[in-house]
Amino acid sequence: MKWLNIILGAAVAGILAFFAVKEIIHDPVYFLELFLGGLTRGSIYALIAVGYTMVYGIIELINFAHGEIYMIGGYTALIVASVLGLWGYNEVVIVILAFVFAIAYSCAYGFTVEKIAYKPLRNAPRLSALISAIGMSLFLQNYVMLAQTPEYLPFPELIPQFEFWEPWAHIITAPEMMIILTTVIVTALLGMLIKFTKMGKSMRASSQDKIMSALVGINVNKVISTTFVVGSATAAIGGVLIACHVGQINFFVGFLAGIKAFVAAVLGGIGSIPGAVLGSLVLGWTESFFTGYFWSEYEDVCAFTFLVVILIFRPSGILGRKETKKV
Amino acid sequence: MEPILNIKNLTMKFGGLTALNSVDIAIKKGEIAALIGPNGAGKTTLFNCITGIYEPTEGDVQITPPGKPTDSLNGLKPNIVTERGLARTFQNIRLFHGMTVLENVMIGRHCRLKSGILGAMFKPKSQKLEEQQAVADSYEILEKIGLEQFVNEMAINLPYGAQRRLEIARALATNPFLLLLDEPAAGMNPQETKELDDLIIWLRDNENVSILLIEHDMKLVMSLSDNIHVVDYGKKIAEGTALEIKNNPIVIKAYLGDESEDA
Amino acid sequence: MITKNEIKQSFFLSMWAIILTFPLMVIKVNTIKNIVIFRWWNILYVAIGAFVASLLWNYLLRRKEEGAKKDTKDSIPIVHRLLQNQKFRLPFLATIGVIALVYPFVTPMYHTSIMISALVYVILGLGLNIVVGLAGLLDLGYVFFYAIGAYAYALLNLHFGISFWIVLPLSALLGALFGTLLGYPVLRLRGDYLAIVTLGFGEIIRIVLENWVEFSNGPRGIRNIPGPDSFGIELTQHQSVIYIYFIIIAVCLITIFFVQRLENSRIGRAWIAMRDDEIACQAMGIDKTKTKLTAFALGATWAGLAGVIFAAKTSYINPMSFTIWESITILCVVVIGGMGSAVGVIAGALVLILLPEYLRAVAEYRMLVFGALQVVVMVFKPEGLIEAVRKTYKYKKIKE
Ligand SMILES: Nc1ncnc2c1ncn2[C@@H]1O[C@H](COP(=O)(O)OP(=O)(O)O)[C@@H](O)[C@H]1O
Ligand SMILES: [Mg+2]
Repeated sequence: MKWLNIILGAAVAGILAFFAVKEIIHDPVYFLELFLGGLTRGSIYALIAVGYTMVYGIIELINFAHGEIYMIGGYTALIVASVLGLWGYNEVVIVILAFVFAIAYSCAYGFTVEKIAYKPLRNAPRLSALISAIGMSLFLQNYVMLAQTPEYLPFPELIPQFEFWEPWAHIITAPEMMIILTTVIVTALLGMLIKFTKMGKSMRASSQDKIMSALVGINVNKVISTTFVVGSATAAIGGVLIACHVGQINFFVGFLAGIKAFVAAVLGGIGSIPGAVLGSLVLGWTESFFTGYFWSEYEDVCAFTFLVVILIFRPSGILGRKETKKV
Repeated sequence: MEPILNIKNLTMKFGGLTALNSVDIAIKKGEIAALIGPNGAGKTTLFNCITGIYEPTEGDVQITPPGKPTDSLNGLKPNIVTERGLARTFQNIRLFHGMTVLENVMIGRHCRLKSGILGAMFKPKSQKLEEQQAVADSYEILEKIGLEQFVNEMAINLPYGAQRRLEIARALATNPFLLLLDEPAAGMNPQETKELDDLIIWLRDNENVSILLIEHDMKLVMSLSDNIHVVDYGKKIAEGTALEIKNNPIVIKAYLGDESEDA
Repeated sequence: MITKNEIKQSFFLSMWAIILTFPLMVIKVNTIKNIVIFRWWNILYVAIGAFVASLLWNYLLRRKEEGAKKDTKDSIPIVHRLLQNQKFRLPFLATIGVIALVYPFVTPMYHTSIMISALVYVILGLGLNIVVGLAGLLDLGYVFFYAIGAYAYALLNLHFGISFWIVLPLSALLGALFGTLLGYPVLRLRGDYLAIVTLGFGEIIRIVLENWVEFSNGPRGIRNIPGPDSFGIELTQHQSVIYIYFIIIAVCLITIFFVQRLENSRIGRAWIAMRDDEIACQAMGIDKTKTKLTAFALGATWAGLAGVIFAAKTSYINPMSFTIWESITILCVVVIGGMGSAVGVIAGALVLILLPEYLRAVAEYRMLVFGALQVVVMVFKPEGLIEAVRKTYKYKKIKE
């Protein structure tokens, strides 16, 4: 099986490289556009995927409601921006407040969701928690739909098209640049949080062994709450950025983006933050090139097929290590 | 005579931790063998490696079922290992909570029965008979183990000691030639432990099974075992009869060292 | 008893709820028309709602804890007690049978038609119950097989004029075949990845049906699908509805019969064992992959059947009938009805599908309530509306 993996991997890589080279020579600008498009897409997935991966790492649960947290972040930004815009506030103030409120509200929702739907099920069978998560996701979607509107709403251009960027804007727009930069900064900060702070150490300890962690005096409940809050904050940033980028939002955008981001986290190796980022980029590029060179209607089909293929050959994802579950 | 279970050079590593370090153990037909050692010594890991739940890093596990040729268990899935005639119980009781006591035992019969999907849906005569036989066999096993009063109880509602015995009943239902018992007396009161002692001897004498058990209750181990294997930090440090082990300085040191750490 | 502490806690929670829901509940924006509306009254509703919900939550939590202390033996649901009791069993079943028989004749066609929809969900629920309730595999793409059945009938009939009665068993086989084909690669994955991957498959089928126009006629769907072949007898519209009603009743009975048999067979026990403890199940000699695959394929079988009936009943299908919401609705039927409990699933299907049909005012809130119910059921009553009860065996000693 190991050799088969290597040979197959090499073959796939070879074929991909061949086509890549062919296309690059054929139309380098188009290729570059797709490459950067994939990078942008991947960056957004990454902002959502880190939340999934952190939560999964610590309580081994697919937090289906994570996509909704991200959507609520985007929606809150929309509401704040609209209200402030109507009241005639300055643009810079609007951008800052929109982000602040989006993050604050996403965190609050993430925190509350964990307390209601997951905490009471911490010792229940995995299936129960998973169903509760799906219920939560369903609830939040319909809550936003009923409280607001089922329609797509245009999203204000929070990130301006800077003038100095004009010469390069046909290859990569300013908002896209912002998305990529933000992702780099946020994931770097997150990495440092986990590596160097006390809370980060507690998180790593709790994901290894909750009982032991509790015994050595770590407040596991607090750690889990923090994980949800931090994951929600990054999701909110992602939510606002993507809404700006796409220019519209509705109650359903979180669901598919959330699922895709989870796919990315699994691709990279669930539980690992570098894995989530890598998986997101790989997924972003795959989708971008696939839709650019083949069929654009089958974008989601491509993502899921890709996931299944990867999981069959590398069940623990790209960066994940094989683990023996303790019996 | 060939040992019925022959473990050679078994090593299991979890990342940097070596839970088992080239362990050799041989079990003879008809014997009650014990595996002892301090907590975390690697005893349960050894069971998991034998039964295919873990994939050992290195080493061989061979069996010679009575009347059959020697066979290797390396790389087999747990269910195949059970089919070949090894059955086990779990240290942290793992019964099927959504089922009755009888059904738990019937799960043990699963690999000796044949009926498939169509059989289940259309229930031909052969399938009906097989099912009746399975119920009868399972009930009989419960009688032997002394759980017949609980037949239609849900397994989760049983008292603790009975749950441990049900684990044994379930394992026995797979028709094993070797039973692997992981701390069967853990959590039992002296009365229950005494009954377990009798049960294990009775099983060996009447059911044609050999037994390898992990146990911390030294009184039980000493009175039951024909042969004792001692592991510490993943290494096998001694083997012998109860008397030999009692007086083995290495074993005493391993245990006393362990105790002084606990204190 | 509600303690003072609980009231205080509920008060704080309702404050928290006000803050939490403020932007979404109070402010309503419309960036198309550029208007913002403030709905201050909603604060009051949220506050009261959260306060009551919090008290209720505490009450349920207390009851659950008390329930855990008591012995759970005597809590066999009433339906099961009726069914187990020899004296009541027959009259009980007979009553239901008579109601089912006369129902289409005493009620207007509209009600019969709604009942047919609900009964489709009974079949779907019982099928998914095998996968989720018995085998413990979270399948979020069950709609895949439902769509296969529906499109199989629509297309086979459209192109080759094949009759309902031939496609019906064929679709069961198709369901099983696709279940096996999809299940084979997927079921070896870690348990909870299954949820995501099946969800993916459910989406894939919808996208393909929407975009592969030459095959499926795309989003426009397929019209004028004939009802079940009535062997040359002319039926009025009302009669043909009644005809389908009895067909689906028959299929339901067959489903119940087989599902019950499977549940209490060697295969069914293996499913439950695997759901309860995968490791112990393997250690008892059960082949994990094979057991999962049989559950997956057999679950899919019923979805295929239900699909054909659905297509024949509505006479029009399009990809929008097979979205993720459909999968989630069926999952709700199973979860809220009672995982692993056939009686529960039947009750769940009838309640969850019929109630929103008749209470049009609340139909809008259907999915919201389903979502909330899923959480509440999992937290407080994981066994669902009607708990599963295992078969008891009588043992006749064979004298030697
Ligand atoms: N799946 C696993 N992953 C990592 N470490 C493990 C695993 N299983 C067991 N161990 C470690 O191996 C060592 C031996 O454990 P075990 O066999 O359970 O000991 P015992 O002798 O008490 O039964 C322990 O340090 C345990 O933490
Ligand atoms: Mg142990």
